[in-house]
Amino acid sequence: MALEARNVYFRYNKKSPWILEDCSLKIERGERLAVLAPSGYGKTTLAMLLSGYLAPVRGEILLDGKPLPKKGVCPVQLIYQHPEKAVDPRWRMKRVLEESGGLKEDMLPAFGIERAWLERFPRELSGGELQRFCAARALMSGADYLICDEISTMLDAVTQAQIWSVISEEAERRNMGLIAVTHNRHLAERVAERIVDLSE
Amino acid sequence: MKKLNQRQKTVILTVIMAVLLTAIYVCGALIPDEAVNGSFLDAGQSPSFAHPFGTDTLGRDLLLRTVKGLSVSMTVGLAASVISGVIAVLTGAAAASGSRLADSFIGWLIDLVMSVPHTILVMLISFAMGRELKGLLIGIAATHWCSLARVIRGEVLQLRDRHYIAVSRKLGRSSAWILAHHLLPHLTPQFLVGLILMFPHAVLHEATVSFLGFGLSPEQPAIGIILSESMRYLTAGMWWSAVLPGLTLVLIVLLIDKLGDCLKMIIDPYTVQE
Repeated sequence: MALEARNVYFRYNKKSPWILEDCSLKIERGERLAVLAPSGYGKTTLAMLLSGYLAPVRGEILLDGKPLPKKGVCPVQLIYQHPEKAVDPRWRMKRVLEESGGLKEDMLPAFGIERAWLERFPRELSGGELQRFCAARALMSGADYLICDEISTMLDAVTQAQIWSVISEEAERRNMGLIAVTHNRHLAERVAERIVDLSE
Repeated sequence: MKKLNQRQKTVILTVIMAVLLTAIYVCGALIPDEAVNGSFLDAGQSPSFAHPFGTDTLGRDLLLRTVKGLSVSMTVGLAASVISGVIAVLTGAAAASGSRLADSFIGWLIDLVMSVPHTILVMLISFAMGRELKGLLIGIAATHWCSLARVIRGEVLQLRDRHYIAVSRKLGRSSAWILAHHLLPHLTPQFLVGLILMFPHAVLHEATVSFLGFGLSPEQPAIGIILSESMRYLTAGMWWSAVLPGLTLVLIVLLIDKLGDCLKMIIDPYTVQE
């Protein structure tokens, strides 16, 4: 039971330089891993590859030894760096959460989501508030692995702590694999059991 | 009285305009043909209480004729713009989401249709179809979808790469579901604006083609016919026969334009809570 990147190479087109070269990474279910690197080392690209948003040029991404499923709810969910791009601007927040397959209202207080926000449009919420919705949506989909791509950079310290505690609690309860992509070493040490540094 | 907020005002305005437009349409459709037949005793009268818009050289009451004409023109305008709007959405979406071959084929088709002058194409199609409402409708619909199709294609291409579409796919949604729930709601405003811009175009083309004698037959009271008839008598001082029907046409076009604006304000999330 593991999510694995095996000798992955990636570049956006044939003329551009390699962003990831021979990159390998493995995470077991129930494990919490932090991927650490300064800007420009392909952290986001790796997150997109692991969650199936991008396909590697060479190498493979394996979930329990098989490629990621193309149809149905993906067991690897990504929480994106820019929450305002990850929600449809024409949808009310309630619908955004329902898209995950089921709205679990009892989970909302843990994320600090107020009931009144459900009737709002994305542009009426701040980035931090939106990010809570994105995290809640990813968790409500029933994923086995959760990849958080710098999800807390736009949040204040209190909210950051709050979101991470909900995510880690939920990950622990459901025995999920958690990958925290960040450039903040303190956060990485706090959240993860193991740290992979891409710059090394 | 409690002060209404912007949204309530807009909704009320929209309803009033919709009712007004429907009323004009229904009135025009209900006026029997005999009511428009005038007597030569009343020919060429200037506006009065009995004939607010005056009468034309055949003694027909121009108000009745204008209202009836408006309903014919609205039918032509609305039907033609809806048909070409639907063609535009289908081709635009197909170009953007299909293969590269389909995209270039549709691009080529758009260039082809746009390279032929509209009027000539409308004339040809309308004439070939027997100079009736149907021929005119098909003619206008077949020539006016191109620019909207291009806009829609661009919009779909842009939407396709949005992150929330990718998220939706990862949450197990099918392409059809994404089309219906994510793409189409974004295309609706473009579609509405396209329709509104096409409406006056369609009416004017109807008028042009009828004026040239390839569209509706002269006894039909379309606005274009009324205007082209009045051109002949303008020099005789019958200003009312051109000015008043022309003004009502402008008024209707403006009304529809405003209606489109209000609708946009109501459905657009950027203004919906204002």
